[in-house]
Amino acid sequence: MTPRMANVYGWLLLMPAAILLIAFTHWPTVATLISSVYSPGTPVRPARFIGLDNYRLLVDDPVFIQAALNNLWFAIGTVVPSIALAILMAIWVNENIPGRGLLRLAYFTPTILPMVAAANIWLFFYTPDIGLIDQVLALFGSSGRNWLGDPDLVLPSLIVMTIWKEAGFFMIFYLAALQSIPPELREAAMLEGASRWSFFWKVTFPLLMPTTLFVLVNALLNSFKLVDHLFILTKGGPNNASNLLLYYIYETAFSFFDTSYAATITMVLLVLLALLALAKFWLFEKRVHYQ
Amino acid sequence: MTDGTMTAASARSRVRWPTIRLDWIAAWLLGVLWILPLAYAFWAAFHPSEFVTRFEPFAPLTLDNFREAWTYAPFARYFLNTFLLVTGLLAAQFVLCTLAGFAFARFTFAGHQVAFALVLMQLMITPEVLIVENYATMAGLGLVDSIPAIALPYAASAFGIFLLRQTFKTVPRELEDAARIEGCSWLGVLWRVYVPLARPVYLAYGLVSVSHHWNNFLWPLVITNSVETRPLTVGLAIFAAPESGVNWAVLSAGTLMSVAPLLVAFLLFQRQFVQSFMQAGIK
Repeated sequence: MTPRMANVYGWLLLMPAAILLIAFTHWPTVATLISSVYSPGTPVRPARFIGLDNYRLLVDDPVFIQAALNNLWFAIGTVVPSIALAILMAIWVNENIPGRGLLRLAYFTPTILPMVAAANIWLFFYTPDIGLIDQVLALFGSSGRNWLGDPDLVLPSLIVMTIWKEAGFFMIFYLAALQSIPPELREAAMLEGASRWSFFWKVTFPLLMPTTLFVLVNALLNSFKLVDHLFILTKGGPNNASNLLLYYIYETAFSFFDTSYAATITMVLLVLLALLALAKFWLFEKRVHYQ
Repeated sequence: MTDGTMTAASARSRVRWPTIRLDWIAAWLLGVLWILPLAYAFWAAFHPSEFVTRFEPFAPLTLDNFREAWTYAPFARYFLNTFLLVTGLLAAQFVLCTLAGFAFARFTFAGHQVAFALVLMQLMITPEVLIVENYATMAGLGLVDSIPAIALPYAASAFGIFLLRQTFKTVPRELEDAARIEGCSWLGVLWRVYVPLARPVYLAYGLVSVSHHWNNFLWPLVITNSVETRPLTVGLAIFAAPESGVNWAVLSAGTLMSVAPLLVAFLLFQRQFVQSFMQAGIK
């Protein structure tokens, strides 16, 4: 095929997808940037260029600062334990543990549920006094807490729920990775008298490293995009103690109708995601070959 | 998989491990803990509301909660909306991603590397992040509060394009050349050689896409505002709002109803689901 024909065919085939990608990914990204440096236009006052004013507002906006910090804690708090649990789960269901199929099912099922449904169920758990957790605590003579109403407890409560929701998903990637580790390695280690513990840290864990990096970056990316549960459980409250960046964007745009400020916060989120994506790209260029 | 565990098992009988598997008890405890929320939802949904926090083994079973949830909110319509959304979107994704994936796999057209990088951008900048501007676009197109508006930003899926490109690249050139000699056109080659060979990938991608969009919430919440377009998740959130005043038992029933089709599908085709998620993520 001539290069000319390759050009024609290639671009023709790509065209439909390209149009939609430009319309709903690239253009809105650019539009967000533009919108963030203009004042919101109203019928009486057209939008005008305000430069970095919105960004200055951002730095002084305590809600934004809190949402950003919350998001950071939410990311770290969900990702690290999820990964640790996922490795543990994968190792267990990779062995011939009795009832392995059921166990894998139990671990994985939360992944299938919509976050909204999961949040509905967890709402029972976290309800003060009559909720399941407080009832269990009462058995041990501990007084109930207002899990979602206490600014110190609300974020950890959301983190616990998110770990429950995500660990099983990450497990399957580790399961796949574990199954690709040749069993001879294990046999050799056993003959050498290695303990399970040292076999894990010296052989399995390093071999799982590419998976861990893959899961880590994806999980971090996820933790900045996952806000569905806030709509059910807290609405970002109490007093923004559980507000996250994307939820704040939603509030700003669709409750306070300040689209230009919402665009400014979106820019921050976009830069964050871009940095994570660059990290991912860099890591995978070095470690994993896709081609 | 079986081979691996068999060898491990036979090896274990030869060499004594220092630990007795106490950790398997931990594994099961964790499993019970993990299934508990769902089990509890079942308990609450199938018992009269006074048993929501009273766990008596012989509490009477009832379907009243489901009946009440079904009549309280237009779940039938929500189901239809979600069904239309996921099937329509999947069809669009298959077509668009197949064409684009084929372009990237087999044509070295000018700028293909830049184009590919631009496509991959969507892996990080997903439509959820761009709700504000995408809402403005939809408003400009007059599509606000329609099912196509929910689907459009996801139709050209970078993930699907990437997945199919990787798969198409593994198809041996000889197969393609043979088909070309037989007089097959480029699209014919795509349809007769590449697509059939990639069938497992379509299945995997389909399962991932359907479960993702069955569960998707934020963008549908933003772009819909009527019963005729709202998918299940959004309907469920409105149903669950404190203002609606339904009790726990009814809420559980509504929640289980919304997740039932996907959950049943998952239980029936567990292996395919897990394998799909794996395949989709590992490539």
